[in-house]
Amino acid sequence: MPMPSRSCRPRRNRMTRRVGVALVALALALAWASPVMAQAVSDPTPLQYRDAAEEARFHALAAELRCVQCQNQSLADSNAQIAHDLRREVLVLMQQGNSDAQIKQFLVDRYGEFVLYRPPMEARNALLWFGPPVALLIGAGVLIWVVRRRSRGIQPMDKSEERW
Amino acid sequence: MLPELGQILLVTALLMALLQTVLPLWGAHRDRATWMAVARPAAYAQLALLLGAFGVLTAAFVTQDFSVRYVAENSNSLLPLAYRYSAVWGAHEGSLLLWALVLAVWCGAVARWSKRLPAVVSARVLGVLGIISIGFLAFLIFTSNPFARLIPAPLEGRDLNPLLQDPGLIIHPPMLYIGYVGFAVPFAFAIAALLEGRVDARWLRWTRPWTNVAWGFLTLGIALGSWWAYYELGWGGWWFWDPVENASFMPWLAGAALIHSQAVTEKRGSFASWTLLLAIAAFALSLLGTFLVRSGVLTSVHSFAADPSRGTFILIFLALVIGGALLLYALRAGALTREDPRRGFLPTSRETLLLANNLLLAAACGMVLLGTLYPLLADALGLGKVSVGPPYFGTLFVVLMAPLVALLPFGPLVNWQRDQASRRVAMLAPWAGLALLLGVIAYFMAPQGALKTAAGVTGAAWVAFGTGRFVWTRLRGNGRFTAEMVGMLLAHGGVAVFLAGALLVEALNVQREVALAPGQSLVVGTYEVRFEGVDHQQGPNYVADRGHLRVLQHDRELALLHPEKRLYASGGQVMTEAGIHARLNGDVYVALGESLGNNAWAVRVHIKPFVRWIWLGALLMALGGFVTAADRRFRRP
Amino acid sequence: MSDPRPASRPLPPVAIVIGVLFFFGLLGLMIYGVMKSGAPDRDVLPSALIGKAAPAFELPVLHDPHIKVSSTELRGAPYVLNVWGSWCAACRDEHPILTRFAETKRVRVIGYNWKDEPADALRWLEQLGNPFVLVLSDIEGRTAIDWGVTAAPETFLVDASGVVRWKYSGALSQRVIDTQLIPELEKVERAHANAQPQLPASP
Repeated sequence: MPMPSRSCRPRRNRMTRRVGVALVALALALAWASPVMAQAVSDPTPLQYRDAAEEARFHALAAELRCVQCQNQSLADSNAQIAHDLRREVLVLMQQGNSDAQIKQFLVDRYGEFVLYRPPMEARNALLWFGPPVALLIGAGVLIWVVRRRSRGIQPMDKSEERW
Repeated sequence: MLPELGQILLVTALLMALLQTVLPLWGAHRDRATWMAVARPAAYAQLALLLGAFGVLTAAFVTQDFSVRYVAENSNSLLPLAYRYSAVWGAHEGSLLLWALVLAVWCGAVARWSKRLPAVVSARVLGVLGIISIGFLAFLIFTSNPFARLIPAPLEGRDLNPLLQDPGLIIHPPMLYIGYVGFAVPFAFAIAALLEGRVDARWLRWTRPWTNVAWGFLTLGIALGSWWAYYELGWGGWWFWDPVENASFMPWLAGAALIHSQAVTEKRGSFASWTLLLAIAAFALSLLGTFLVRSGVLTSVHSFAADPSRGTFILIFLALVIGGALLLYALRAGALTREDPRRGFLPTSRETLLLANNLLLAAACGMVLLGTLYPLLADALGLGKVSVGPPYFGTLFVVLMAPLVALLPFGPLVNWQRDQASRRVAMLAPWAGLALLLGVIAYFMAPQGALKTAAGVTGAAWVAFGTGRFVWTRLRGNGRFTAEMVGMLLAHGGVAVFLAGALLVEALNVQREVALAPGQSLVVGTYEVRFEGVDHQQGPNYVADRGHLRVLQHDRELALLHPEKRLYASGGQVMTEAGIHARLNGDVYVALGESLGNNAWAVRVHIKPFVRWIWLGALLMALGGFVTAADRRFRRP
Repeated sequence: MSDPRPASRPLPPVAIVIGVLFFFGLLGLMIYGVMKSGAPDRDVLPSALIGKAAPAFELPVLHDPHIKVSSTELRGAPYVLNVWGSWCAACRDEHPILTRFAETKRVRVIGYNWKDEPADALRWLEQLGNPFVLVLSDIEGRTAIDWGVTAAPETFLVDASGVVRWKYSGALSQRVIDTQLIPELEKVERAHANAQPQLPASP
């Protein structure tokens, strides 16, 4: 279960060192007084979709893209500043008429292949995509061979030892 | 003073583990009854000592003794009492102590409930468990001492990660560990069998209950983790194929294959070598998972703090234990395999189906392993930084599991050794047809995601009907159901429920995020979510913006939800707590976005149909495992 | 179950070979992983722009938004681009080191103010000092996406013809400057010197 990394936020969390109880109380008071610390400029309004189809397409695409700053979160799920910006960018590109493939290429050009959660179907990823199906086929072959061997010259089993 | 006592208890426990290992194993080799008899008391002693050590660490947390470094790093004077208990396993050292404790509990259980085993066998089993205990206790004492002091002691601790300040943390890790670690028991039995050179029905009657119980707990642990992530993380996801999740899922898949393979070996005597190999593999994957999570080899926010020295230690231990086990297997397994014509079987038989079951589960396990390690492999081979995420795992998992779902209902119905394919197909064909029909209806009724909806309905109905057909057959026969059968029914029923939940929620879930001012509503499907404002709340160690949202359906009020955005005093971390209205046919899941000024807020609403069926299905599967373990047949001498 | 013991069958050699290969292959991969996990920069994403032209942009200057600077204007000499924000704590940490480097005047150090209110940014520079020969302002962050920026602070080295040669993610330390930036800068300067006898094609 992934958890948002502390490093996702633009400001770095500092480790509380030896702070006396009184200082803790003061810190609390300050926190309650001004809950918002320095934040990057960001538009918090929700994204506006033109219709339900676009919204569904956006969510599907964002789930296939990786947040470039977090440790293993999708672009759809991340709260990082850059993820926020990239989501806006993806929607803008979508509304400009780009296809999913073009949007993915746009991001790959800037952030590298790392940004794709679906590894591209290329020669170097052959082991990844074809390994399991090929292993399954080989396993099926072995299975057929084992079954063939075991079905030769069988003796009926004792009815006495039959269990469900 | 007390933390030092904890260290002493740990070291003494290590000595007990050494006693539990060396004397009984040598005694079994030389048939010295007195040496073998050391195993049980040593196991009990180790358990008592580790309970003591764990109690000392818990006391340090509860009394907020910040002179202990681990407590200072994971607790805080404002931390509520309940979380002070669960913070004990909130990070690496403490959770490792929990690992060792859970292993000691399993050792104690084996010591307690192995009276009917021959002394040689129980001595070997406890001896092998002792080897694992030695490894983990040494790891604790030499690299990850939870009792290390911090001098001078700080006046205030850092804090427990706010994400972990939750009831989920109280129960998920213990359940998960009981399962994970529990696979050490079938592993130990397998090693004992290889050492003795014998695998017979008796051996399996001893091993099966332990395996089923461990697998049941692992199922519960994974389900709890999924449920916790769902309500805690704030965006309604329930599985992310994160490396740490995969680390617990791989032993689960291997364990599922193992419990089925054990059934075949017990009843027909065949596949003994496969069963032993699976027992080794399941625990090997547990150890591999423990390694991956703690070594820093894989990037995951869920993993513990990285430390190459720790990674090296576990890796060496892992290599020695598993390498040794596999070497023993390579040398001895051949002697256990016998060509017995009575064990032969035709292509249409339950043996073939269970072989196929194991093949598919093993392939799925291998796929998850490949996908999890592939980024590291690509890096090692210079292929660049590749990401492998849910699109990969999800696609291939469905591809591999689809044949399994298709074959599942045949398993319980088809006879051992030989059966008539046409007869069984005829029995189930009408039900397949009905399932397909329901799928088609669902396809046309689905407002979105029609194909997934149809697949979910068809698959779930097929498994459910097929399992029901077995019940009918049995009732028409002698009408008796053994506990093992009931367990199977529960588990396979759980598969149907899970399948329905997982596919339907993925197909039908709806998500909207809009800006709302107080009084405004968001309409999603048949639900109306009315925003009634946000106020300020104070928690024990946080400040929160607390939202009030009224959920209505057809103008009837269903619930008043209170999602929160919490700012924790210690690290300044902001946590989103969702407000969830949970029902069997779906959840309404509400979270707060950002404040937009003028009392307006961004509000996110998810409608999650049938999401609870996912965990309900898992619960049924776990229950199935427990009920199977209770079968009276296993208690025969 | 009584068992007459017919001939036992040893494990097929193929299986043993595959098993051994798999075991040692996995072990090797894990050893590699452990060795790599010690490196502090193992999670850093290599820039996709290395060796490619820096993105074309036109951004306002922080101190006078009416003046716009374009990427083509910056060509002709190498420059270091430092992405920062007044909200970024690590940027504060690297500031003295960056200032010391900028004062050597070896290369133009251009500031890239990312997602910041200009007033906050100006105040920050006033408080800490301004090491930059020029500060560009990207409030929306649109151009930063073209640069592949993931977080602040990040630092780029762009050569005289506008090609990105080096990127560093995180706060600069003197060690990083000495062991990474300076050698890369030397390479860029040498390449530039070798190209000098020819007339520059275009600005």
